[in-house]
Amino acid sequence: MADMAEINKRFDIHEMANAKRAEIEKYVCNIYCCHSTGCKSSGSDDLIALIHSILNEKGLSERVRVVATGCMGLCAQGPLIRVEIKGKKDVLFKRVDLEITKAVMEDYVLKALDTQGEFTPPENLSEHILSLDLPFFKKQEKVVLKNAGHIDPEDIKEYMAHGGYLALEKALKTMTPAEVVEEIKKSGLRGRGGGGFSTGMKWELAAKVPTVDEKFIICNGDEGDPGAYMDRSILEGDPHAVIEGMMIAAYAIGATSGWFYVRAEYPLAVERLQKAIQACKKNRLLGNNIMGTDFCFNVDIRLGAGAFVCGEETALIHSIEGARGTPRPRPPYPTNKGLWGKPSCVNNVETLANVSKILLKGADWFASFGTETSKGTKVFALTGQVEHSGLIEVPMGTTISQIVNEIGGGVPQGKKLKAVQTGGPSGGVIPAQYMDMPVCYEELKKVGSIMGSGGMIVIDDSSDMVSLAKFYLDFTVDESCGKCAPCRIGGKQMLTLLDKINRGRGKQKDLDLLKQIAFAMQKASLCGLGQTAPNPVLSTLRFYENEYTQKLLDAPKEDK
Amino acid sequence: MSEETSKAAEIADKWRKKRGSLIMALHEIQGIKGYVAWEDAVMLSERMDVPLARIYEVLTFYNFFKLVAPGKAVISVCTGTACYLKGNDKVLEKFKSELKIKEGESTPDGMFHLQCVRCVGCCGLAPVCVVNGKTYGRMTPEQVPEILEEWKKAFKED
Amino acid sequence: MVQLKINNINVEVKEGTSILDAARAAQVNIPTLCKHPDVDPSAGCGLCIVKVGGRIMRSCSTPATEGMEIITDDAELKQIRKTVLKLILSNHPNDCLNCTRSGSCELQDMTAQMGISENEIIKMVPPLPKDETTKCIVLDPAKCIVCGRCVNICQKVQNVWALSYLNRGFSTKITGANDTPLDRSPCIKCGQCAAHCPTGAITDYDNTQKVFDLLSNKEYTTVVQIAPAVRVALGEEFGFDFGENLTGKIYAALRRLGFSKVFDTNFGADLTIIEEASEFVKRFKANDHLPMFTSCCPAWVDYMEKYYPENIPNLSSCKSPHQMVGAVAKTYWAEKAGIDASKIKVVSVMPCTAKKWEIERDETMRSSGYKDVDEVITTRELAKMIKKAGIDFKHLKEEQADNPLGEYSGAATIFGVTGGVMTAALRTAYFYITGSELETLNFHAIEGLDAVKVAEIDINGISVRIAVVNGVGNVGPVMEQINTALAEKKDLPFHFVEVMACPGGCIAGGGQPRVMGATFDKPWGINDEIRKLRSKGLNCEDACAQNRLSHKNESIKKLYDTYLGKPGDEKAHHLLHTKYEKRDLYKA
Repeated sequence: MADMAEINKRFDIHEMANAKRAEIEKYVCNIYCCHSTGCKSSGSDDLIALIHSILNEKGLSERVRVVATGCMGLCAQGPLIRVEIKGKKDVLFKRVDLEITKAVMEDYVLKALDTQGEFTPPENLSEHILSLDLPFFKKQEKVVLKNAGHIDPEDIKEYMAHGGYLALEKALKTMTPAEVVEEIKKSGLRGRGGGGFSTGMKWELAAKVPTVDEKFIICNGDEGDPGAYMDRSILEGDPHAVIEGMMIAAYAIGATSGWFYVRAEYPLAVERLQKAIQACKKNRLLGNNIMGTDFCFNVDIRLGAGAFVCGEETALIHSIEGARGTPRPRPPYPTNKGLWGKPSCVNNVETLANVSKILLKGADWFASFGTETSKGTKVFALTGQVEHSGLIEVPMGTTISQIVNEIGGGVPQGKKLKAVQTGGPSGGVIPAQYMDMPVCYEELKKVGSIMGSGGMIVIDDSSDMVSLAKFYLDFTVDESCGKCAPCRIGGKQMLTLLDKINRGRGKQKDLDLLKQIAFAMQKASLCGLGQTAPNPVLSTLRFYENEYTQKLLDAPKEDK
Repeated sequence: MSEETSKAAEIADKWRKKRGSLIMALHEIQGIKGYVAWEDAVMLSERMDVPLARIYEVLTFYNFFKLVAPGKAVISVCTGTACYLKGNDKVLEKFKSELKIKEGESTPDGMFHLQCVRCVGCCGLAPVCVVNGKTYGRMTPEQVPEILEEWKKAFKED
Repeated sequence: MVQLKINNINVEVKEGTSILDAARAAQVNIPTLCKHPDVDPSAGCGLCIVKVGGRIMRSCSTPATEGMEIITDDAELKQIRKTVLKLILSNHPNDCLNCTRSGSCELQDMTAQMGISENEIIKMVPPLPKDETTKCIVLDPAKCIVCGRCVNICQKVQNVWALSYLNRGFSTKITGANDTPLDRSPCIKCGQCAAHCPTGAITDYDNTQKVFDLLSNKEYTTVVQIAPAVRVALGEEFGFDFGENLTGKIYAALRRLGFSKVFDTNFGADLTIIEEASEFVKRFKANDHLPMFTSCCPAWVDYMEKYYPENIPNLSSCKSPHQMVGAVAKTYWAEKAGIDASKIKVVSVMPCTAKKWEIERDETMRSSGYKDVDEVITTRELAKMIKKAGIDFKHLKEEQADNPLGEYSGAATIFGVTGGVMTAALRTAYFYITGSELETLNFHAIEGLDAVKVAEIDINGISVRIAVVNGVGNVGPVMEQINTALAEKKDLPFHFVEVMACPGGCIAGGGQPRVMGATFDKPWGINDEIRKLRSKGLNCEDACAQNRLSHKNESIKKLYDTYLGKPGDEKAHHLLHTKYEKRDLYKA
């Protein structure tokens, strides 16, 4: 029995968190080096190695800690290094290479460590310093991305030191599954994958289905929207948050095991997730009788293989089963009949990453962010023709203008903002005149776009909307699974017509036919991909029909 | 049995008993030669007890899988939205004209394979190309010949 | 039961009924091109959309639930359906005039029904080559609308896995794995794909012209035989009810087509029973390679050779009935009629596409020195020939078959129904073992459309365990059970197993009339009700037959007495038996 108590203590998350906090406390300086896909591909591995070698050489390894973190957000300025020295202001360095890193170490870190009080980085580094007072940082509200860029995603103890797995403990030890579902329902959390269905309701439906032998919770990490990488960054920057969210979901709905379905194009995210799962198993957070309770749970990872349609939950399930990722008609919904015919609940990465925060801080706290119907925050991949492109998180209801002009720093090169595109290939454009519109599920829908998974593309006035629509349609036609006729043939026909118009060969009747097919596709396609594929065309037509008609052969001549 | 074949057989046996394993096994098999050969598919079909027809249904559905050997250097030009807006189409054109092949093709000498991919997740670095796992950010068409030279040189040294 | 409103009409249907089926109960027809009663809805065509409380949903796959209010047709739905059908047509060659399915094509019917006469959507039909390699069925992917029925049938129902989807999106096509031609694939030529295809994408390998050529060649004496299942299905092509037995009319039609002699495969079925029952009794007594499997279904034989080669010795060595008729026609009858075998041509009318392959199997199929059977046409092809020849089938007077190869017992005619061969064989085997006749000639346990039917028959105190597998897709568990017992040297679960590749047996074979149509007066295709009606047609003939026992067929007795000797003797063996070989699933 003594052994048992010993083991329980060894695997007590509070003990582990305290030990880690004490360890971190010993260091006077933390150097955070972004180690996500973006910065890694710009060489952050070498930078980290260099920093370590300098610290070793100077015998500073005991005093300075180097943390390879997840995404810090400002990807366009990467690789990023943030230096945090006790008693001094944090400094963020951008676009560093080996030479600059060396300078950062020698001219700032080493000297600052030897200086009492404030120490200003020298002049030669000034063009590589990003002010942490930038609206890009100040105007964000980090809930999901709280840990990303601050902790080493490969160290479970660091996650614990930042409050990790406390929410799970709270759920397992102080709440019934029904109470967990209720709390999530109350929070107003909605699916972050695009659909926006109430997460609590989904859990409630899943919980209602009796667990005969198995029930699954599936994490949808098949982020396919080209130009969006929220889920990748979350998995790379804070994988434990997603695992913890999944475990809480599993507890709430009575799932027996969990599956992560992640794009094969995200090797780093997969690797971090794998390590995180291993760490959980090692620390008895996965397996039998988790935290000494009756709760038993295990997870596994399955990879996608390059099919956007697998973001659709029934297609995703087919893909895990080892089949073509074609959707099937619903009902039956996966909550009743999912993976291998067993009840399954599919939640998006970002959705699950929200869960532990809600349980810890309460549904009311979560619901204090956002609008009447869209609660909490939303992560966006802000890209395109914008000064600061990167990964951001804002409360729901933030206006587009605040996102683009303040956080994003506006459109560069003196060009004017024309529109913002959300929802990727399933979404639409929001013209500049709607810039004061708050970003939430309902408002975006009103102007013909959707929230989507979080891609936000800024378009300047040099962009041609017909080409943009063609770009998106080209994508969906390429990604159509081919199962249903409206999407398989309709998309191809639309693309042909659009191409004809774009090349200046189209006539009014082609434009009419384009609209007719778009309508049929929206209404008669089997799944979301086909139903929404015409959106980029219809949305650009709605606001920029003149750009289409100007290209027509029989365009009415404008009076000059 | 060649070393490659026995490796493939090992993969099949490893995944045979696991659920939802076909795509995982195919990923690993592709990892050996860079593509999934007919004989590997047949072997997998027998060992994993999955009909060959199902295996090819899957192989030809997902973009990731290749049925023929790609070139030694696989050039992936990102055609995600950010890269599109920042002009990666011009970079793609440059690759095509330099290599005299279309996307999805390999050079006759088997050196290069050119393909388009949907978003490698480095939108901040747009436009982006990836060659055998090495990422090139903020690409311009002018960089194309340099990159090709770099890889030609790398292969010569091998 | 659930109650709902369809177009404001109250209907009550069983729980789980699709909206599409519920609508039919309210005399409302919803168009569809992909739904088929034999397979799960693929929801592919997109035509069956309806409004459920204003929301557009697919009626094929959405179950009707209590209180639903459904609109199946309004201006908007019409507009969408029309566009979707035009899209499908834009991806179809639309060369109906040159298509074998013209007049019996669901796509054509639907187009007419929706009143589409022109299509503003530009035609995009990728050039895809035909696959005629099996010489049994023809796959013309250009005409495919990707409804998925054939793939579903081939993979899920038949468990053959010859057909599959390849590529995705607009490039999706139906073909063998990695584009393997079907003759090198696991295809067993059962033709269920062709029987379920709504368009001309999978059709018979057409031999009608070859048969017309034979008939006009005066050098040959061309004889014909019809399989049992043909007689209860051909009528459907001419407006008769399902299952109506039209043997006499078919004989008459065949004579009018110009055949010199009209024989009946049922004669061969009786002959098969004599050989097969003798073989079984011998093997059963000697415990030699049991269980014994029936071998009259060529698609099943092909399946065995491909999927269970280790069980090949368990197959009965008997040829199938029509091969026996062919072999006997070119030897026994040729001698009797004084015609040189080289001048006799045998044509078989079969409910089956695999029979086209069977006649070319190996050298045992040329036991007289000439092909046992020269050409095989399906029931569908015969209907076409009758129509082409301008024969008013409906009003033909009934005629008799030519003897001696036209006499048959009730036992022979039920060969066309699942369980029929087993029933017929047991009647005779019982007689061979006991010397007396069974009191009741039917075995209810092996009748009907269940997947696997088993029974234990007591013959003079000896228990014979039998199984009837209805559809080759159901054979797996039976084989597993048998092979486990064999491997563990345990008591065999069965001694005698009948397998028919097509669900329902030959009456629903791959060459039978498709009875499908997009319009209201036709069902969506073969279904279990139709299977039962066709079966009933044959079972009734058996029940009313004067002689219901193969061993009491006088012509057969005479054949043995005057020509073959005893069952299984050298001559009988040479003419009436065959051999098997392991076949690769994929030929190089």
